[in-house]
Amino acid sequence: MIQLDAVSKRWGETVVVAALDLQVARGELLVLLGESGSGKTTTLKMINRLVEPTAGRILVDGADVRGTPPHELRRRIGYVFQRIGLFPHLTVAENVGITPQLLGWPRQRVERRVAELLQLVELDQGLALRFPGQLSGGEQQRVGVARALAAAPAVMLLDEPFGSLDPLTRDSLQQSFQRIRRQTELTAIFVTHDMLEALLLGDRIAVLRSGRLEQVGTPTELLRRPASEYVRHLLDTPRRQAEQVEALLGGAAS
Amino acid sequence: MSAQLALLPEYATAHLQLTLVALWFGIAVSIPAGIAVARVPWLAQPVLGLASVIQTIPGLALLAAMVPLLAGLALPSIGFLPAVLGLALYSVLPILRNTATGLAAVDPALIEAARGVGMTSGQQLRRVELPVALPVIVAGIRTATVWTVGMATLATPVGATSLGNYIFTGLQTRNFVAVLVGCAAASLLALLLDGLVRLLEAAVQRRSRALTWTALAGVALLAAWAGGAALASARSGVAPVRVGAKTFTEQYILSDLIAQQIRARTGLPVELVQSLGSTVAFDALCSGALDVYVEYSGTIWATIMRRDRLPAARGDVLREVSRYLAEEDGIVVVGPLGFENAYALAMREAEAAKLAIRTISDLAPHAPGLAIGGDYEFFARPEWRDLVERYGLRFRQQRSMDSSLMYQAVAGGEVDVISAFSTDGRIAALELRVLADDRGAIPPYDALLLAGPDLTRSRPEVIDALRPLVGSIDAARMRALNLEVDENGAAPSGVARRFLEDLSEPEPQPGTLH
Repeated sequence: MIQLDAVSKRWGETVVVAALDLQVARGELLVLLGESGSGKTTTLKMINRLVEPTAGRILVDGADVRGTPPHELRRRIGYVFQRIGLFPHLTVAENVGITPQLLGWPRQRVERRVAELLQLVELDQGLALRFPGQLSGGEQQRVGVARALAAAPAVMLLDEPFGSLDPLTRDSLQQSFQRIRRQTELTAIFVTHDMLEALLLGDRIAVLRSGRLEQVGTPTELLRRPASEYVRHLLDTPRRQAEQVEALLGGAAS
Repeated sequence: MSAQLALLPEYATAHLQLTLVALWFGIAVSIPAGIAVARVPWLAQPVLGLASVIQTIPGLALLAAMVPLLAGLALPSIGFLPAVLGLALYSVLPILRNTATGLAAVDPALIEAARGVGMTSGQQLRRVELPVALPVIVAGIRTATVWTVGMATLATPVGATSLGNYIFTGLQTRNFVAVLVGCAAASLLALLLDGLVRLLEAAVQRRSRALTWTALAGVALLAAWAGGAALASARSGVAPVRVGAKTFTEQYILSDLIAQQIRARTGLPVELVQSLGSTVAFDALCSGALDVYVEYSGTIWATIMRRDRLPAARGDVLREVSRYLAEEDGIVVVGPLGFENAYALAMREAEAAKLAIRTISDLAPHAPGLAIGGDYEFFARPEWRDLVERYGLRFRQQRSMDSSLMYQAVAGGEVDVISAFSTDGRIAALELRVLADDRGAIPPYDALLLAGPDLTRSRPEVIDALRPLVGSIDAARMRALNLEVDENGAAPSGVARRFLEDLSEPEPQPGTLH
C-alpha cells in the first residue's frame, strides 16, 4: 500500500534520513520506533509531503505522491499529531467536518458523517457544538482522530498522537484506536518513542536510528531475535518491566 | 449660540465622513500589507519602518504636507482629499503592526493542522490564520479609530470641514463656547466609535454571532449616515461657490459677508472654507479649489511676487499686483474693499509715551531690551526680514502666538511689541500705540476681493453680485466690525448680516435720525 524507495532527507549538511526502503501492507499498522533525532517524524511527514524528500520516491497505492498537488494528497490521508491542533475558533463539528467541507461535500452529508465519527471515537453527540477549549486533552485528541478520519481516507499517519496525554487516557485512546482500525480496515503508520506502545500496537515495528533502518519485523521477532545490540537494548526496558509485573502477579497468587 | 449649534449636524457628519473613509483606506492598505509582512519576513523591517516614520510626523504637519503633494500631482489640494489621505496614512501603523504580529503569533500547531487536513495556503490564511489573529487585528483597528477621530479635528486648516471648525474658529474669535462644543462633540464621536469597535472586539473574542451582527449593524448605520449625506450633497446638482477665509476675525467676517451677498443676489449655494493658512488659500484659488477670498496687496507683493523694494508711488503696488495676478494665475481682482489692513508694530501707549517712541526708528535702539510677539506667520514673512534689515531691529525675545492672543499678551506685559493688524479694534480698546513706518519697509495692504479663473469664466453673475462690495468698507468701519466680534462677542455671521442690511438701505434723508 505504501512504499518508500531509497528515500533520503538532508537539511544542509545534516542527513536526517538516509536511503530508507520500507513497505507497508494494506490494513497494516507499522510503527516507526526510535529516539529523538532518529528521523522517524521526518520520514512520516514525507509521506504526505509536509516535508519533501531530497532523494528517492514514495508510492501510495501505487502512485508517486509527487504526482498530486500536496493539498489534494493530504485530503486523502489522515494526519494526527501530538499537539493535536484543533482550530480554536471552530466548533468540534466544524473541526471534524473540515476535510469533507474542503472536498465540497453537501452540508447534510457532512453533518451525518460528523455524527458517525463522534460515535466512532466514543464522544458524546452533545460535544458537537462545543469549542475545543472546552474539552479535556483526551477528548480533544479523539476529535483530532475523528477529523483525520472524516473523509474516509485509506491511509492514516500518526505522529506521537497520545504523547501529551496521561497514561490512563493514553491507554483508553490506544484501545479505541485499535478498534477503529479494525473496523475501518485502515492502513496506518504510527510514530512513537515509547517502546511499550510500539510493542502493543504495531503489526510490525521499524526501528530507526540516525536516519537508518536498524530492523523491521513483528514485535515478537524484535523481542526474540533482535538484529543488533541497539535493538536488544532498546527493547530491554519493556521486557524487564513486563517480567517485573509478571513476578508481582505470580508472587501474589501463591 | 443657536446659529453655531445649527452647524453641528454638518460638522459632525463631515467629521464622520472623514473618519470612516480614512479608516476604510487605512484598513484596505494595512491588512494586505500586514499579511505580506507576515508571509515575507524580510519585508517586516522596511514596511514597518516606513509606517513608523510616518507616525512620527506630527499630525498637523502630515495633513499640511498633503496639500503641496496633491497640488504637484494636479489633484484637488485642499479639502476632503488631502485630509483623508493624511488621516489614512496616520491610521496605517497600528493596523499594520497588529496584523503582522497577530499573524506571526498564530500557534504553529494550527498551521501544521491546517496543512495536514489539506488546506491550500490561501485557505489556510482565510480559514485559520486570519480568524485566529482577528482579535489582535481588531484591537489595532480600535487604536487607529480613536486616533483618526481625534486627528480629524486638524483637517480644518487644509480646508476640510470637521468638528475642528468649531475649535479653530472659536479660538480665533474667542468664542470659547464654540471651542467647548467642538471638543465635546469630537470626544463623544470618539467614544461612540470606540464603543462600536469594542463591541466588535468582544464579538470576535467570544465568537458570538449575535454580537457580531449588532456591531456590524452599528457600523452599517454610521456608514449609511455618512454616505447618505454625501449622496445628498452630490445630488443637489449645483456646485457651491467656495469662499475662503484665513485664520483671523476680519477674514471670518468678510467671508461671511461675501457668502451672504452671493446667496442673496444669485441664489447659488455657498460653502465657507475657513481657517486656511495664507499660502494654502492662495494656491487653492489658483487651482480652483476656492472661488473667492479676500487677500491683501502687501501679502501678494512680498510673499508671492517676492518683491522687496516698493515703487515710488504706493498706488503702483495695486496696479502691478492686479497685472501680475491676471497674467500669472488668471486671478481677477474684483476690486479693493476700501480699507487697508497692514502689519503695524504696536506698543502699550503708556510705555511708548515713557520711552518717547513714535516711529519704528525710535524703537530700534530700545529693541534689545524688549520682547516682540507675532502671529504664526509673521516671523517667517519677508516683511519681517525687511523690517529687521531696514531698521536694524534686534529684540531680546521673539514669540509666535495665536493672532487673537497677541493683544492680551502685549496688554498684559508678556511682550512689549506686537505685529498687530491695523484694522484690529483692540488696538484702540487696549490703548496701544501704532508706530509709524518712517523708512517705508512695510508695503500697503489693501484688502482686495479676489476671484478665481474658473468663477470668472463660468459664473460671472457671482462677480457682478460682488461688485457692490467694492469700496464699501473703510478702515474705521472694518475696525468697528472687528471690535464687535472680538470685544463684544458677536458672531461674525451676525455682524456681516447687519453690515449688508445697512449697505442696502437707502441713503438717510437729511433731518432724520439714523
